[in-house]
Amino acid sequence: MHFDDLVNGFPNLTTTGLTQGAIYALIALGYTLVYGVLRLINFAHSEVFMFGTFGAMWTWGWLGFGSTSGRPGLGTAIMLIALGLVVAAVVSGATAVVVELVAYRPLRRRNAPPLAFLITAIGASFVLMELMGAATGRIQFGMPPLLPSNPVINVGGWRITPLQLATFVVALVVMFALDTFVQKTRFGRGIRAVAQDANTAALMGVNKGKVIALVFLLGGLLAGVAAVFHNMKTGNTRFNVGFLIGLKAFAAAVLGGIGNLRGALVGGLLLGLVESYGSALFGSNWTNVIAFVVLVVLLMFRPTGLLGESLGRARA
Amino acid sequence: MLLELDNVTLHYGRIQALHGISLHVDEGEVVALIGANGAGKSTTMRAISGLRPVSGGRIRFAGADITNLRADLRTVRGICQSPEGRGIFPGMTVRENLDMGAYSRRDTAEIAKDLERVLTLFPRLRERIRQPGGTLSGGEQQMLAVGRALMSRPKLLLLDEPSMGLAPMLIQQIFSIITEINEQGTTVLVVEQNAQQALSRAHRAYVMETGHIVKEGPGRALLTDPAVKEAYLGVA
Amino acid sequence: MSAVTDLWHRVTGFFNQSKPARIGLIVVFVAFLYVLPNREFYEYLNIPGVWIPLYTTGNDMAFVLFTCTWTILLALGLNVVVGYAGLLDLGFFGFFAVGAYTVALMTSPESKLITEYNWFESPYPWLVTVPIAIALALLSGVLLGWPSLRVRGDYLAIVTLGFAEVIRIIAKNQDWILNGDRGIPQVGHPPGTWPDGTPIFQFDAKPYYWLALTMVIVAVFLIRNLVRSRVGRAWVAIREDEDAAELMGVPTFRFKLWAFAIGAAVGGISGSLWAGYNNFVNSATFSVENSILVLAAVLLGGAGNQAGAILGGFLVVYVPEWLRSVGDVFGWPKTVRVFDINLDVSPTSLRYAFFGVLLIVVMIFRPQGLWPNRRRAAEFKDRRQAVVVGEGVG
Repeated sequence: MHFDDLVNGFPNLTTTGLTQGAIYALIALGYTLVYGVLRLINFAHSEVFMFGTFGAMWTWGWLGFGSTSGRPGLGTAIMLIALGLVVAAVVSGATAVVVELVAYRPLRRRNAPPLAFLITAIGASFVLMELMGAATGRIQFGMPPLLPSNPVINVGGWRITPLQLATFVVALVVMFALDTFVQKTRFGRGIRAVAQDANTAALMGVNKGKVIALVFLLGGLLAGVAAVFHNMKTGNTRFNVGFLIGLKAFAAAVLGGIGNLRGALVGGLLLGLVESYGSALFGSNWTNVIAFVVLVVLLMFRPTGLLGESLGRARA
Repeated sequence: MLLELDNVTLHYGRIQALHGISLHVDEGEVVALIGANGAGKSTTMRAISGLRPVSGGRIRFAGADITNLRADLRTVRGICQSPEGRGIFPGMTVRENLDMGAYSRRDTAEIAKDLERVLTLFPRLRERIRQPGGTLSGGEQQMLAVGRALMSRPKLLLLDEPSMGLAPMLIQQIFSIITEINEQGTTVLVVEQNAQQALSRAHRAYVMETGHIVKEGPGRALLTDPAVKEAYLGVA
Repeated sequence: MSAVTDLWHRVTGFFNQSKPARIGLIVVFVAFLYVLPNREFYEYLNIPGVWIPLYTTGNDMAFVLFTCTWTILLALGLNVVVGYAGLLDLGFFGFFAVGAYTVALMTSPESKLITEYNWFESPYPWLVTVPIAIALALLSGVLLGWPSLRVRGDYLAIVTLGFAEVIRIIAKNQDWILNGDRGIPQVGHPPGTWPDGTPIFQFDAKPYYWLALTMVIVAVFLIRNLVRSRVGRAWVAIREDEDAAELMGVPTFRFKLWAFAIGAAVGGISGSLWAGYNNFVNSATFSVENSILVLAAVLLGGAGNQAGAILGGFLVVYVPEWLRSVGDVFGWPKTVRVFDINLDVSPTSLRYAFFGVLLIVVMIFRPQGLWPNRRRAAEFKDRRQAVVVGEGVG
């Protein structure tokens, strides 16, 4: 236990924790959306995220920005990030929809038991991961440096880098947009209706298949956004990058209450902070263990998460 | 004929629930489907609304064969069901629930008119317009379910057990509203265990027993039919 | 396709009906399995004119068969958990690792338990450590099951996956006992010598295969008796409707824990066999891919049926190895160049992707597996009929 590290590094640990937490939250939303509607843990979501990291990286590489290039000017960097966000979101969104159409829809048509869905999800996850592994030689790829690392805000020990600021702002904007979409629009109402009572939703004229595809698409788009910031934060990616981060994002979703959109945000940020403080306390070797310990302890004592489950539905 | 079922059979796994149901509903009618628990009334409703696939027979609606049509597309065509157990979305407000009824419509101005009409029909819903559906009382939920179905401006309104679990006063009220809706031009097919009410309000009625239709006729006539009286009205 | 399945049904139907035929077949088949790793025998099987070899050229045949058998042992253990009790465990390989590490720590002269902590003075013989390995695997099954079996079924999958990952991280990161990546060398072998004085169990895979095969047979009989007892009926009840089982007075939690513990114990046996042969254990022993591979084996073969689990365990190991041999014959390329990128297309590299596809395809088209348990097949069939209009198929 290193209490000194925790106390001395507190501001720094908090900002890194919140940034990482914002990334978790974006991915967690994908799990939560799908779970809310289908009661399915979409294991393949981690690979949806992973495809996003490669989509952004290849876009940058195609434009001539590789791990060995110098840092571009701020204007160029913002353009590159914006482009990366669009491409990654499209790649991840498309991947998610393909997984739904190829792996899950046929099972729904056959009214397969929940276990079959879970197994197919694992299968899909492996196919995506291993195909990317075979295609990329299972090696790690570096990212071009895009944003300067000197802090934009520096007030009494609290230093915030441009990347942290960008991650946090974009994540919040995206999540606010999602929340508005689900709460205020007709499609959003359709999503909530299917989540709460799929049969009655069909009686109201809601096309369940369309809603489900939409939900996968939304989750994919958010995972793509997360992928870009993850790329910039860690400076690399590889074919199995999604596994661990996907598990943690799922833990975050459960932490906040799976199926609950705002819970995903709370859970993500909280997990980011706990991990950050925990790694200072116990040593960085144990960072990855913390999330699982949190998950197991939580499931034992409060399995519905902190904010309760589901897209606005109290489950029996 | 607005709706016609021709020799419809339906199975739950290996158990046959409907043994060749044939019935029809004409435009402007209120038709009641009565019978004891487990007679297959709700199953018939599910077959019509598309929540369960039939294993044989045809279902026609407004001249088109809808036997294999998806449930949500049947709603678009004008069949709307207020399901058994009401099916209120508990996490949505009363207003949102009503909006769900109009999900497949795009005519905003007309939707606003229908909303006004439903809220006039059910003043209680206006009082609770911002409340989550899950917090309403049973009677209020039933009103919401009927109102929501009306919001789709259906050609055919299917009501599954609208009186279930309601106090006698409320049952009277619900059935008065059904008559009112019908007089405003909506065809209604209602499934009921409360045979007294259903038969006195319906133009025609079918009596079901163990997956068969055993009797049909004008509502008033069945009300005085000795066999029906004994079995469903509780009088010898 | 249907002709093949039809033939299959007829063959299995015949052996299902006639008990002497069944026993006879099994005896002959088991004898065949014991003879199989002899080079003279499997090359003889390679009938002249049939030029695709049954055996595997990439690896020693006995080694491949040994890998098959310990995978089958794992599949049998996981089958108890997934197939009988209907619990999805994604971290099953963790129990294999518990078994392997226990044996390694107790039999290796380089174990830190001896060199640093002086728990005991000299390494124990392999045979003594096996019961301890089984006990520890069983104990870890109970320890993992205790908290996680209380959560909902779909969470269980995540918790077990997370647990396996945590164990891997611990094994990799910490130096006190398990030595991280450097691992534990000089793991002990099972006892016994040939008449000429040389040890039977050393680096030749053949005796290990025989030993593992014997273990498989023992495990099959023990599990079979268990499944036919009260415990087995409780598992079926839990699998089909846990709430109903609970209401009928079945202590579901206790029986789920039983399934978990028994499965874990079988996994531990597998691990201790493997450690003895491999002679070296390190953190790379744990991998989620392996857990998924075992799961694929159980589901592919037919969860809830031991014959299915055996078939599945055999296929997931043997087929990639065999494809490699056949690939060499046909000249299947190791890599393909597309857009300046070398794609690794060797069967070994594509194996997990292939099994991923297989999992999806099996779940969609034959969810009961290749060699299903009849009762489970009926459960799937019942569900398929209960679909919403316009969403079902045929």
